[in-house]
This record gives sequence, structure tokens and C-alpha cells, in this order.
Amino acid sequence: MTATEADTNLSVGQRATLLEVVDLSTTFRTERGMVHAVDGVTFTLDRGRTLGIVGESGSGKTVLSRSIMGLLSGKNVIRTGSVKYEGTEIIGYSAKQMSNVWGAEMSMVFQDPMTSLNPVMKIGKQITESLRRHLGVDKDEADKTAIALLKSVGIPAPEQRLGEYPHQLSGGMRQRVTISIALACGPKILFADEPTTALDVTVQAQILDLLDEQQRERHMAMILVTHDLGVVRTRADEIIVMYGGKVVEQAPTSTLFASMKMPYTEALLRSIPRLDMPSHTRLDAIPGRPPNLISPPAGCNFAARCRYVQPRCLEERPPLVAAADPGHFYRCFFPVGTPEGDAALQANISAGTAVAAPATRSSTTSEES
Amino acid sequence: MRFVRKKLVQLIVVMLCVTFFSFLLLELLPGDTATTLCAGAGGTECIEQKTEEFHLNDPMPVRYVRWLGGVVTGDFGSSARNAQPVSEALQQRMPVTIELLLYSQFLALIIAVPVGIIAAQRAGGLFDRGSTGVLFLFLAIPNFMLALVLILIFPVKLKLLNAVGYTPFTENPLKSLGSLLLPAITLAAAEMATYMRLLRTDLIATMQEDYITMAKAKGMSPRHILLRHAFKPSSFSLITVIGLNFGRLIGGTLLVEVIFSINGLGKYTVDGILGRDYIPVQGAILVIALGYVLVNFAVDMIYAALDPRIRHARSLV
Repeated sequence: MTATEADTNLSVGQRATLLEVVDLSTTFRTERGMVHAVDGVTFTLDRGRTLGIVGESGSGKTVLSRSIMGLLSGKNVIRTGSVKYEGTEIIGYSAKQMSNVWGAEMSMVFQDPMTSLNPVMKIGKQITESLRRHLGVDKDEADKTAIALLKSVGIPAPEQRLGEYPHQLSGGMRQRVTISIALACGPKILFADEPTTALDVTVQAQILDLLDEQQRERHMAMILVTHDLGVVRTRADEIIVMYGGKVVEQAPTSTLFASMKMPYTEALLRSIPRLDMPSHTRLDAIPGRPPNLISPPAGCNFAARCRYVQPRCLEERPPLVAAADPGHFYRCFFPVGTPEGDAALQANISAGTAVAAPATRSSTTSEES
Repeated sequence: MRFVRKKLVQLIVVMLCVTFFSFLLLELLPGDTATTLCAGAGGTECIEQKTEEFHLNDPMPVRYVRWLGGVVTGDFGSSARNAQPVSEALQQRMPVTIELLLYSQFLALIIAVPVGIIAAQRAGGLFDRGSTGVLFLFLAIPNFMLALVLILIFPVKLKLLNAVGYTPFTENPLKSLGSLLLPAITLAAAEMATYMRLLRTDLIATMQEDYITMAKAKGMSPRHILLRHAFKPSSFSLITVIGLNFGRLIGGTLLVEVIFSINGLGKYTVDGILGRDYIPVQGAILVIALGYVLVNFAVDMIYAALDPRIRHARSLV
């Protein structure tokens, strides 16, 4: 794709590039045809920085994170492009080579702590086995490290927890345990795949804050996968918005929220309930469903659900183009906040195929502080 | 301990039901002990005498309660044909059947478990399909035929092992295992395919779990993941079926016992039924039912040992 970010990296000399993903695609061979789950994703991630990957279910964000880590295996998975970790290409690595990277260099916090911990294995064992595997420490030392880890993720009475099983802990506690497992060997990149989706709302902020805190302390890079733009807004340095397996908008966080170009990003933001709206305001959901990835539509993937849609969108696939701001890319013929976009929306509203935005809303958000 | 007490009550109820209904079933068989014993020899005199001796004219419930009373006080009665005490006969025959049973299940598992694990690693692969085919072939062969083929190959052609007879384990363990090898193989052959497929299917399902991906993302080796993470949670169906098979085979090894002339529990039961010798049959059924219940109790305990969630749920009951 056209997106490269070499310019943004060069501008800050001391930043060390940790991960460089170029034109990564992941295709699944299925009985019904090829599923292009991830299509041409390019980005770089520096040490200590956070990348947010945002999209709804089926947008390919989880596949993207697993594909970067090389966790998808099997002869029906086709991965092309380049993933460079600390300058070394890891796309061709065997599972055996990757197992030295997994846990030690990159690790992952999964979505649902109810299913991501082994129900028949003691928590202590689940933490220490990777310590012993990667750091070669003995049992006593691994246990000590595990206790320190559990303490650092805010679990009370950690000594006692080592001998307990996952079902004896609450959901929030379990996610803390999976975070401590992911952090155990001091990885340089942490993938957090919707780490709070399966948790109670009251615990979500705690877990996200814990991830933030650990990231700062360890100077670790993080890839935060979520469907919630609100989550990444205050936590990510850069955001990738995915739709139908493709990057539809990519920008540094402040740029994205200041001047989003992609109608899909706007629609995602509009679908978050806001406290400053009066009660009983109808939530602005995005109508329709994500596109079929086996036979994607001829034009723009989002055209069928877009308020700005024009005939051109149905016939021609928009490329990823650079916006005025550095590092900002989008995939749209009629971008939000441009004369073309406004004209397209206006035309649709007068033709009755789109509704006007609620009065208090604007595409550039008013709640930015 | 409440759990154990509950199981104990269950055990007693099951034993009462099983023995009562088996008594009832035997009652429905044409012919009785006296006529069978006197067939050919004495006339009505003999029949009358035997009827008197074994209280055959008492109503069935009375005889059942009399038998039950004996059992409770440790007296299992004696055979009507040769006066051998049932407890003595059971003591002779039970070890044979139990050894044969353990031996055959051991053989079945020692093949099925590794094959299942390897097959699960590459589901749909050449090894998976090949091993499934071979094991199903063994499943499809009737066990009396397999027994005869084995006898033809080993004792007859190769002059290896004995076709018949049994050496007690306490006498010479090695020789004992040798004497039961062919019968054990015969019994194991039919179970291998089931065990292998059960383990394979559960392993494949477990390997899709998030915690397996998580273990992979920790950098654990495929071997470690398979054996340490996936095997334990995948063994439940297998253990359940092994438990049921144990119960079934305690009395179901008859065919093999007959072909290899092994005096086990199965043969004892059938001889008793054919001779209308009810007391030994009742004793054997009691032991078989007891074995069945105890094995399933053991299976329950194994579940709890394998899965802490069951353990904790139970301690709350």
C-alpha cells in the first residue's frame, strides 16, 4: 500500500523502531473460498509507544494482531508481506523459532479471561512455566517472580493465589493473572486483544489503567485492539481503523480526532453513547453488516453503510491516500470535512438516503480537551 | 465425606435392585434346579428330594430374603451341583477375571493413547486416517474369530505361548501375563479404536481452546502444550467409557474365557445359568454389580482429581 511512515520516524531521531509491518496480508483458505481477513496493513511501532487497532467484529483486527505474532498456523493460512522485529524479518520463522519470540519478546493478553486460562492448571504453574522456559530459572526463583508479578498487577495475597485454580478468581482478577503471565518474561511488545470486552464495566477502566501503568514502568510497546474508539483515544499514540480487513484510516491519535477523514471512523465515534446528550437520545448505530470477505464488493467496502456514498464508491475501490497532516492516511473519495465530502452528504440528505447529523454533533469532536 | 455417604446409600440401593431383578429373571427360566440335577438319573423321588433340600417350593420372595439374609451375614450359599461354597468359587475366579480385565484395558490404552495423541496433532493427515482405518478393522473383527486366528498363529504355527490354561499371578507373574496375553489382546482389539477416537476428538476440540493459544503465545513447545495443557482436560470422555467398559467386561469376558479355557467369572455365571444353579449365579451377579458401581465411583473420583472445578463444586454440596 501507499502508506509508509519513514518520515515520521526520522523526525524524532532517538526513537527506536521495534516493529515494522509492511503490506501484511492474511488470507484463509476455506471451503467457500479465500477469506481476505487482513489486506495490506503497514505501520511501524516504536519502543514504549501504543498503537490502537479499532474496528467492529469481523473487521480483521484480531486476525491482524495474531498474524503479526505468527500465532495463526496451518496450511490454510496464507501470510504475505513483511514483519520486522528489531530489524529482523520474522515472517519466515518456523514455529520453533517463533517460540523463542513468543512470551519473551512479544506476548498477548486475550479477550476473555474465562477461557484463556487453563481451568485444570494451578495459577502459579501457568505463570512460572514460561519463566522457566525462557529465563531458565529454578522453581523457587520462578515462584518468587510469580508472587512479585501478581503483586504488581494488584492481586491480594499472591502467595496463596499460586496454589489456586482460575475458577476460584473473579473475571477481573483472572484478567490480572493473564496480564501477569503476559508480562512475566519482560516482553518488548504487548498485544492486548480486546482485554476488557469480557469484563464488567466497573473493572474495565482498572484493567486498562493497569496495562498503562505496566507499559510505562517497563517501557514496553503495546498494540491495543479494541472496538471502542473511546478506549484508545486517551491511551494510544497512533490509531489504525480497520474495516473489512483493510486499513481505512490511520493517523496519530490527536490528528485522527482533530480531522478524521473516513466516514466509517466518524460513524464509529457517533455510535458511542455520550453523557452530555439528553436522556433517551437514540444511539447512532451503523446500519447493516460488515462486508462478506470471501467476495468483497466491487467498490468501497463501506459503501453499503455509508452516509456519504456516491455512485463512484460502488464501482471503484478507493486507495489509501495521504492527508495533509503527516502520518495521516485514509481510504475515501469523499472524505469527511472536505468540500467533496460535505457535498456528497448534502446530496444524500436532500435525496432522503441519509439523515442529517444531530445538532450537537460535529464530525470534529467537541469533547476533546 | 457427605459425598461418600451419598454414594454408599446409592450402592446399597443398586445392589438390592440388581439382585432382586436377577432373582426374578432366573425364576422366569423354564426348568428348575431339581429337574436339571435329576435329569437322566432319578425319577420323581429324586426331584422331590432335591426340591425339599433346596427349599424350591418356597415362594420366590421368601427364597430371595433367605439368600439376602445369608449374604448379609457373609454366607453366599453353595452350588447345588457340586456343593462348592460360592464364596470359595468367587475367590478362585475373581482374580482371573480382574487380571484379564486390567491387562486387556492396559493393552488397549497403551496403543490407543499414543496413537490418539499423534493423530490429533495432524487431524485428517495420513497417520490419522491410516491409524483410524487399522483400528476400526480390529473393531470390526468378531472377537471369537480374532481369538481363533491368534491361537492359530501363535501356539499352533509359531509354537509360542499356550492356547489354553492360566497361571495365577501370585504364582509366577511373568508366566501369568504370558498365559493371558492372547485373551487380553482379543479383548483389547475391540476397545482400541473407541479409545483412540475418543481421545483424538477431545484433544482436537481442546486444541481450539483459548488457553491453548495462550500457552502457545507464552512460547511453550507443542509437545508441552499437548501433554501438559491439553491432555488432562481431554481425557474425560475416555475415562467415562473405560469405566463403563470395566463394568461391562467384569461379566462379559465369557466368550474369550470359553475359547481360551480360562475359569473366570463369566464362565462361572453361564455354567450356573445352564445348570439352573441359581445361588452361584446370584453370587456372581452381586460381585459384578458391585464391581460396576465401584468402578464408576472410582471414575467419579478420577474426575475430581483431574478437574478442580468438580472438586470444589462437590465440597460445596
